[in-house]
Amino acid sequence: MKAALVWATACAALLLGAVWPGVGLAQVQTQTPTSAKSTADGIAEYRKMLEDGNPADLFEAKGEGLWKEKRGPKNVSLEKCNLGKGPGVVKGAFVELPRWFEDTQRVQDLESRLLTCMEALQGFSATEIASTAFGRGEQVNVTALATYVAAESRGLRFNLPQAHPAERKSYEIGKRVFFFRGGPMDFSCAACHSEAGKRIRLQDLPELTKNPGDGVGFAAWPAYRVSNGQMWSMQLRLNDCFRQQRFPYPGFGSDVTISLGTYMGVNAKGAQSIAPAIKR
Amino acid sequence: MGDPMRIRAQVSGNTTTVRVLMSHEMETGQRRDTAGKVIPAWFIQEVSAAHNGKPVLTASWGPSVAKNPFMRFNLKGAKAGDKVSVTWTDNKGDKRTDEAVVA
Repeated sequence: MKAALVWATACAALLLGAVWPGVGLAQVQTQTPTSAKSTADGIAEYRKMLEDGNPADLFEAKGEGLWKEKRGPKNVSLEKCNLGKGPGVVKGAFVELPRWFEDTQRVQDLESRLLTCMEALQGFSATEIASTAFGRGEQVNVTALATYVAAESRGLRFNLPQAHPAERKSYEIGKRVFFFRGGPMDFSCAACHSEAGKRIRLQDLPELTKNPGDGVGFAAWPAYRVSNGQMWSMQLRLNDCFRQQRFPYPGFGSDVTISLGTYMGVNAKGAQSIAPAIKR
Repeated sequence: MGDPMRIRAQVSGNTTTVRVLMSHEMETGQRRDTAGKVIPAWFIQEVSAAHNGKPVLTASWGPSVAKNPFMRFNLKGAKAGDKVSVTWTDNKGDKRTDEAVVA
């Protein structure tokens, strides 16, 4: 018994001896390049290389075509669609959404507003599109349209209206949803997005309780995902956040997703939009 | 016919940098759908580029090239206002040609 214990201690010492020099070596090796170029610099360089041929451009072009094309049961284009700045005004609309709409008596984000236009002008069924899975049927076109509308506001700064009581209420609801903890992992949006300088692997986690800076967080979506070759709108981005928290999936264009959009959008006031961006 | 390509051609001295972004699924034929059935291969097999109608590049591609591929090459001797056209042909026989003006 005593002999076995001594043997075990000796083994542990040997193991430690073998491990420690290795750790020391690894530290030396990682520290040398750090002084010349930080990890963040390396990631920024990689992103810069990806930006050269952002396939989001293809979706933007597709969306522009869809906007002007006569489609749907009524065979009408979306050129009279009111995105908040009057019928047909696309430029600058994205950086002021979600906002209150008098005709629908709702606060709406870009995608839910596009559905309203597709139903009212073109005769599509908004409920049918909302219940279609992402990446299928008309949902593909909604994403392309959102990409086009967002691209028309590239370089503009976020300035969401908060004059209407419903817009302020939407912000407050969004804030509560953001901090609401639940699910099997007891997560909230705030668990990952309420502190600066955090990341998961190579992905920086934007601090969404305040303006995270130009082209970060709310100001970067819709975006093209290199890893799966898909174009993602903010609705799909939020849907995936809910999945990662192991929450039930929210409905497409539901009040909860729009409220989260209002919360992030109002917080991002003054941030420059780079959408459509490119992500890993 | 596929969706349009995006072609940019920028001249700097004697060299023109041509950047081409193609819209294509580039399905390898190795994946299965949710029902377990193999998704048939569908990819670009040949890419060619021409400068003012004269062929300058031909490339044989396969299923290992990414979805929505990006291609970049340098062209010597082109001047602003010249035309650069790019054509791809996929394994289903589909073809697409787009043209850009050197700027």
